[in-house]
Amino acid sequence: MTADRQDEGSNRPKLSLHVPEPRYRPGDAVDFGHLNIPPAGAQARPDEVCEARETHALADDLIRVLGDDDRAHGPWDPRLSPDTLRRMLREMALVRAFDGRMYRAQRQGKTSFYMKCTGEEATSVAATHALAADDMIFPSYRQQGCLIARGYALTEMINQIYSNKGDKLKGRQLPIMYCSKRLSFFTISGNLATQLPQAVGFAMASASKGDSRIAATWVGEGSTAEGDFHSAMTFATVYNAPVIFNVVNNQWAISSFSGFAGAERATFAARAVGYGIASLRVDGNDPLAVYAAERWAADRARANGGPTLIEHFTYRAEGHSTSDDPSAYRSAEESTGWPLGDPVTRLRDHLIALGEWSIEQHEAQDAELDQMVKDAQKEGEKNGILGHGLHHPFHTMFEDVYEELPWHLEEQAAQAIRERQIKWPEEPAQ
Amino acid sequence: MSEVETLSDTRQMNMIEAINSALDVMLDRDPDVILLGEDIGYFGGVFRATAGLQEKFGKHRVFDTPISECGIIGAAVGMGAYGLRPVPEIQFADYIYPGLDQLISEAARLRYRSAGEFVAPMTVRSPFGGGIFGGQTHSQSPEALFTHVAGLKTVIPATPYDAKGLLISCIEDNDPVIFFEPKRIYNGPFDGYYDKPAKSWKGHADAQVPEGYYKVPLGKARLAREGEALTVLAYGTMVHVAQAVCEAKGVDAEILDLRTLVPLDIEAIEASVEKTGRCLIVHEATRTSGFGAELSALVTERCFYHLEAPVERVTGFDTPYPHSLEWAYFPGPVRIGEAIDKIMQD
Repeated sequence: MTADRQDEGSNRPKLSLHVPEPRYRPGDAVDFGHLNIPPAGAQARPDEVCEARETHALADDLIRVLGDDDRAHGPWDPRLSPDTLRRMLREMALVRAFDGRMYRAQRQGKTSFYMKCTGEEATSVAATHALAADDMIFPSYRQQGCLIARGYALTEMINQIYSNKGDKLKGRQLPIMYCSKRLSFFTISGNLATQLPQAVGFAMASASKGDSRIAATWVGEGSTAEGDFHSAMTFATVYNAPVIFNVVNNQWAISSFSGFAGAERATFAARAVGYGIASLRVDGNDPLAVYAAERWAADRARANGGPTLIEHFTYRAEGHSTSDDPSAYRSAEESTGWPLGDPVTRLRDHLIALGEWSIEQHEAQDAELDQMVKDAQKEGEKNGILGHGLHHPFHTMFEDVYEELPWHLEEQAAQAIRERQIKWPEEPAQ
Repeated sequence: MSEVETLSDTRQMNMIEAINSALDVMLDRDPDVILLGEDIGYFGGVFRATAGLQEKFGKHRVFDTPISECGIIGAAVGMGAYGLRPVPEIQFADYIYPGLDQLISEAARLRYRSAGEFVAPMTVRSPFGGGIFGGQTHSQSPEALFTHVAGLKTVIPATPYDAKGLLISCIEDNDPVIFFEPKRIYNGPFDGYYDKPAKSWKGHADAQVPEGYYKVPLGKARLAREGEALTVLAYGTMVHVAQAVCEAKGVDAEILDLRTLVPLDIEAIEASVEKTGRCLIVHEATRTSGFGAELSALVTERCFYHLEAPVERVTGFDTPYPHSLEWAYFPGPVRIGEAIDKIMQD
């Protein structure tokens, strides 16, 4: 049976394909007036073990604690001690100092690649403070703040970035693809969103063993378009897995604005609603709100309340990576005009408003942190920089493919070492 | 040499029963073994491979999953990171593709990229191969996709005894393993003569399977038949087909059942080809860039001066697996016979 084409002869318009377009391109003046930014403290805080549907209004809202007066407001105020706040501030400032120096190191040719997280420091540092030390973190590539908040040595990070002989990953991984089992920080993969179902599997394993560990995973808003996101959400809800999905909505996936991940029609927190998963949308530049949301989700998971998705609404203040120039696709005014400000400045000003910090202390700390990173860099450079020969022995290239080297890899290892001897006959075999 | 570590009574088992027994033994021995997959729990699997296991070991050890191969493999990787030893099932090898990114980019590379901090000690079980009128999406043999991936092991049994012993080895292995089960020989050793009555495993020497724990080592081929005239390299269903054709033609062939494709038992292959001087490779998968190409290249590179004839490959055709023309597609007795005639000419 062939249905009659109902539009034949009608004056209905032709179909048109909608291709999203960001509001501002290079050279455009920026006005963020269209963003709905509610006042701090106005959002209700449901009980951690509530039904998922009781959180769904929060998927379209924006949980905020720090107000324009630099004070904490409302039921989401986590009431952290000044010591904890100072520690969070210090770690966020350290992340920024580290990013600055490593970016320059890439420009100086000491390594091939780097990615900053400028403007997003709260989404990793404050969130990590809300987790237990052995909760498993499944990060994407922009959560260096998690490692720094867990006290990872800067020199270890630099060794990895330089792929030198001190690199624990033996120079196998692209810079910033860190890994630390000791700090429950899962190995970073270049393939986007693969960590999401893995985090769910970890959480399922912990639950099946009657353990108390939970999993927390991070993903950019762009990568929520991957199929793994859907698989992970489905598995998480089916098994009520103790997992937290942190969606860092920084508005940009390289040159694509969030509209290409579906942001024009719904928030990213709203994705959780359809799966029956608790959802929170937070001001990602408000460290107190980020901490409070993460803590809520962690407590919920630990109480067998199930998974939570948190959308961290923030802004990627810098280029995607050292290989990217954002002035080619977005207005230069965007990062300065971002209405939720800067997470480091906001926490600093909050502590000052509490009488627990001062501009002088902050400046002194910045100088101290900068020196600390500089010292760590010097220490790392003793192990070599990329391409200057201080790498791991050739045989290590073939190790860890399998637990034991099969014959074909032994043969290939011998070949690589033979090639080295042909090229540099004066150097000792290794 | 005895591969049986725990002596126990043997029982007549078909391949499904042997696989079920392997899973049963490992669930019992190791509390970190966990089974997940579509329809594997309450129902016991569409091929009955997991029948009774949920009831025996509980829903926390053996459970059904959503229909998401990416989710199944991805969750298994995460379970491995926690310290479990997951055995995910993909219902048909034809449906493993949605899980490929998790297998290739993640499971296979976890140990390497983390310098050994994280590993993926998982065994992906999946029925594969044709000969059952499965059409395009219930017949494929995608082993070459996995043998091409550094970090994965690929294992294919041809008998109930091996199916159990190899599967136990896979589950205990600390590397990710793809365990392909030739579903055409679940119930009996199919010899390629589809127009004759089907055989069962009953009375077959390799269907006497120990009830308890034993291992068949990975990376070691099985000498299915000793011979002098010709080396046949095969695995899975095709071991039985090749054997029947050689017997019908009266060729004194040495038939190597490879069992593990990666890591390959190169020593057994070299020793056999050096003895016979001729080599025939048989697989059901499509020809171009199939695993036979790797085998042919290895034999040519390593045994060239012993060869008395060019290496021959008998494979499926380079088409999707057809439904009605299954037996025209399947590399059966006629195609294998023609290749044997050619290779034995001089």
